[in-house]
Amino acid sequence: MSSVYVLHGLRPWLIQRISAVYMALFVVYIVVTLAMAGDTGYQQWHDWLFHPVNVVAVGLFVIALLLHAWIGMRDIILDYVHNTLLRMVAFTLVIVVLISSGLWSAKLLLLSVAM
Amino acid sequence: MYVQLSSHTRRYAGTAIKDTKLTDKRPVYLNLFKIRLPTTGIVSFAHRVSGALLFLAIPLCVYLLDRSVSSEQAFEQSVRFMQHPVMQITLLILVWSLVHHFLAGIRYLLLDFDIAVEKASSNISAWTVLIAELLIMLAYVGIVLL
Repeated sequence: MSSVYVLHGLRPWLIQRISAVYMALFVVYIVVTLAMAGDTGYQQWHDWLFHPVNVVAVGLFVIALLLHAWIGMRDIILDYVHNTLLRMVAFTLVIVVLISSGLWSAKLLLLSVAM
Repeated sequence: MYVQLSSHTRRYAGTAIKDTKLTDKRPVYLNLFKIRLPTTGIVSFAHRVSGALLFLAIPLCVYLLDRSVSSEQAFEQSVRFMQHPVMQITLLILVWSLVHHFLAGIRYLLLDFDIAVEKASSNISAWTVLIAELLIMLAYVGIVLL
C-alpha cells in the first residue's frame, strides 16, 4: 500500500519545505519585478520571460510547484478520502493535472530556447 | 502547549486509536456549534483550502502563460479575458490564496525551527498572519479598483 503514496517518510516533508523556500523567494522576485515594471506590454513581458535567467528561474519554480502541489494534495486526499478506489481516482486525477501542466510549461519554456 | 501535528502524525495516531476495540463503544458527541476553532486552527485550515485552490489554478495559469507569450494578439486577448468580472473575482480569490499560503507557510517554516511553538506565541503569530493578509488584500483591492 505504501508504494501508492509515491513519496513517504521524511523525504516529502523535506521536499515540501525546500520547494516552499524557493517558491517564496521566487514570489518576492516576481512581485518586485512587477512593481518596478510599471505599464508594459507584450514585448517586454515576452523578453522578460524568455531571458535565460528567467527561463531557469521559472523552470525551477515549475518543478518546485509540481512537487509541492503533489505532496500537499496527497496529504489532503489521504486525510479526507478513505475509500481505496476513490483515493486511487483522486491521486490519478491530481497526477494527470500536474504532469500535463508540467509538460506544457516545459514545452513553452524550452521552445523559447530553441527559437 | 499546542502542538502542531503533521497530517502523517495525525493519520498514524488515528489508526493506532482505531485499532483498539475500546474506541468503537466510546460515545461520540461533538456539538460543532460549541467548538470554536482556535486562531491557529483557522490559519491551519485556511492553509489547506488556499493550497487546494492554488492547485486548481495551475492549469489556468499555464494556459494564460502560454497564451500571453504566443503572440501580441493572444497577449491582448488574455489581458481582456482577465478583465472580465468573473475572472477578476477568481483572481481576487487566488491572490488571497497565494497571500495566505505564503504567510502561513512562513509561519510553519518558523515553527519547524522551533520559533513561536508555545501557545501564547503561536497565537500571536497566527493573528499576525491574519492581520498581515488583511492589510495586503486591502492594498491589493485598493490598487486594482482605484
